[in-house]
Amino acid sequence: MTHLRDASGPYFGEYGGRFVPESLIAALDEIAAEWAAAKADPEFKDELARLHRDYSGRPSLLTDAVRLREHAGGARILLKREDLNHTGSHKINNVIGQALLTKRLGKDRVIAETGAGQHGVATATAAALFGLECTVYMGAVDTARQALNVARMRLLGAEVVAVEAGSATLKDAINEAMRDWVANVERTNYVFGTAAGPHPFPELVRDLQSIIGEEAREQSISMTGGLPTAVVACVGGGSNAIGIFNAFLDDEEVRLYGFEAAGEGADTPRHAATLTKGGKGVLHGARTRLLQDSDGQTIESHSISAGLDYPAVGPEHAWLADIGRVTYVPVTDDAAMQAMRLLSRTEGIIPAIESAHALAGALDLGRELGPDATIVVSLSGRGDKDMETAMEYFKLGEPDRTDLEVMPAEEAEAVEKIGGDS
Amino acid sequence: MSAVERAIDAALAERKGALIGYLPVGFPSLDESVEAACAILDGGMDVLEFGLPYSDPVMDGPVIQSATVQALENGFRVADVFEATRRVTERTGKPVLVMSYWNLVLQYGVEAFARDLAAAGGAGLVTPDLIPDEAADWLAASETHGLDRVFLAAPTSSDERLGTVIERSRGFVYTVSTMGITGARDDVDRAARVLADRLHGLGCARACVGLGISTPQQVADVLEYAEGAIVGSALVRALTDGGVERVRGLASDLAAGARASRSR
Repeated sequence: MTHLRDASGPYFGEYGGRFVPESLIAALDEIAAEWAAAKADPEFKDELARLHRDYSGRPSLLTDAVRLREHAGGARILLKREDLNHTGSHKINNVIGQALLTKRLGKDRVIAETGAGQHGVATATAAALFGLECTVYMGAVDTARQALNVARMRLLGAEVVAVEAGSATLKDAINEAMRDWVANVERTNYVFGTAAGPHPFPELVRDLQSIIGEEAREQSISMTGGLPTAVVACVGGGSNAIGIFNAFLDDEEVRLYGFEAAGEGADTPRHAATLTKGGKGVLHGARTRLLQDSDGQTIESHSISAGLDYPAVGPEHAWLADIGRVTYVPVTDDAAMQAMRLLSRTEGIIPAIESAHALAGALDLGRELGPDATIVVSLSGRGDKDMETAMEYFKLGEPDRTDLEVMPAEEAEAVEKIGGDS
Repeated sequence: MSAVERAIDAALAERKGALIGYLPVGFPSLDESVEAACAILDGGMDVLEFGLPYSDPVMDGPVIQSATVQALENGFRVADVFEATRRVTERTGKPVLVMSYWNLVLQYGVEAFARDLAAAGGAGLVTPDLIPDEAADWLAASETHGLDRVFLAAPTSSDERLGTVIERSRGFVYTVSTMGITGARDDVDRAARVLADRLHGLGCARACVGLGISTPQQVADVLEYAEGAIVGSALVRALTDGGVERVRGLASDLAAGARASRSR
């Protein structure tokens, strides 16, 4: 019998496939074939492992968040610290692999799309390391809210193109990157940032991110003597989530939860809760679940986190939701921001707002599962890039802001209700 | 033989080859898009490609995208295409293909879309992001309702893939001239000639070249080696800048390009 963790494209159940212009098929075939060869090549694997170890800083830590426990119904919370990776998130895992693949393909230019900027920064970093020309497409809305990451990419030598079309966010950046790729496919590799898009990207990105779960599984066994009760992650496109879930997919006793962005509430028009509220359809080259109107026009998503502000999701997640292996739950902007502050003040770790969605979900889950539970949380990135959002949200820049208590009573109560409208 | 195939063959008999014009449905309004479509067909084009406005058009260049965004902002709905197709077909007697990104057809229902398009007198579908490999439902529905299916062939396609595209296409094979998106270019890539030759060598009877064709001279050049030339962005720009009369004039000029030489 096939194990869930070995599921491969082009289809995951009814999801996946290739819904792209014919012009791109040859390039997708080439990537699929080269990835299959690379995976079986010991030299490639050694080089990837060396870069993870000596450049990115792997294995990343598994941190026992001791002071957070009391806010999680006593459940033990273990943080998989992808925030400690070079460039500050899990994105480097994928990009280093795809940059190595670009070299194997004999191409000298990479393009990428980015929402929060984490994938863009990681791609610009790898391009610098490997001597590749690099262009990053980013929605104009995102270049404004992630100015620091734009500056980083430019310092690293990448060209950053602000995309004004459509909603000027991640989905439009993907459209623009696809257009560039169609026009320049001979020398250009598209370093896709998440486990979505046409085959083989969902599988390729999943493979490259699965190191998160492999490490976390081993580390949690050695730290606690067994498998965790639950593993949780935030889900936008879903690459960190599929990366940490993969190693646990066939451990039936481990509960898996994906927390997606409910924005202002999954029952309001402003959210990015694709699996909770989306329908089946085709976007960005794959059959998946997406936010769309009755005609099939994409509905613009909303999240306080640029990294989760995406109206579709990777096809493997859509399948895992359908077969009931992973439970997907929406988490509001407010719940995520409260969790961001709580982790900052209890553990001295400022998480990315994306990751704070997973944390908020874990706190709720901990209260449900109780003190015997162990919950592994994918802390997919660090919050440095989100400080402007946090400053504005918490009014941290105001001179008379003096509240230094860990958690005022009314806010603790608010966190108790993190499920929001779910 | 389908209506589109007959139109292409008639154009080949009469002059160098067929002219296929693209316009978006609903731009600048539904009525004006119907008027513009009738104008280009009356002006000498042989087949209309009516494009459905879509929120995420991966193949469209800025001219077409800007027009389709406006159509969506004006309240265009997918079902409008059937009424527009019916009006154009009845008035001109020429074949109307619909160009659509796949999700719009999928949400309407593949079978229902085919049924309603056929009922409106439509000739078939051009599917820029649906490759034959993923098209089982559409192959079945187009058979049932006697609709053409125009798949794309690219310079990067293998011979094996070209063979599949030829086998599963009906009407013509959309021969992608350049590795790029829609929009007029100064030189239509030489790759188009090579690709058309490859298609003919593999048994393709009607290769129509699209992307980057905007002038009568380019039409004449393309028709040296292909059965049809597809013009889109230039027509949309003419409609945007000068309305229905300007677009009718451009269609006439392009048709003159198609007559420029009969030395096939």
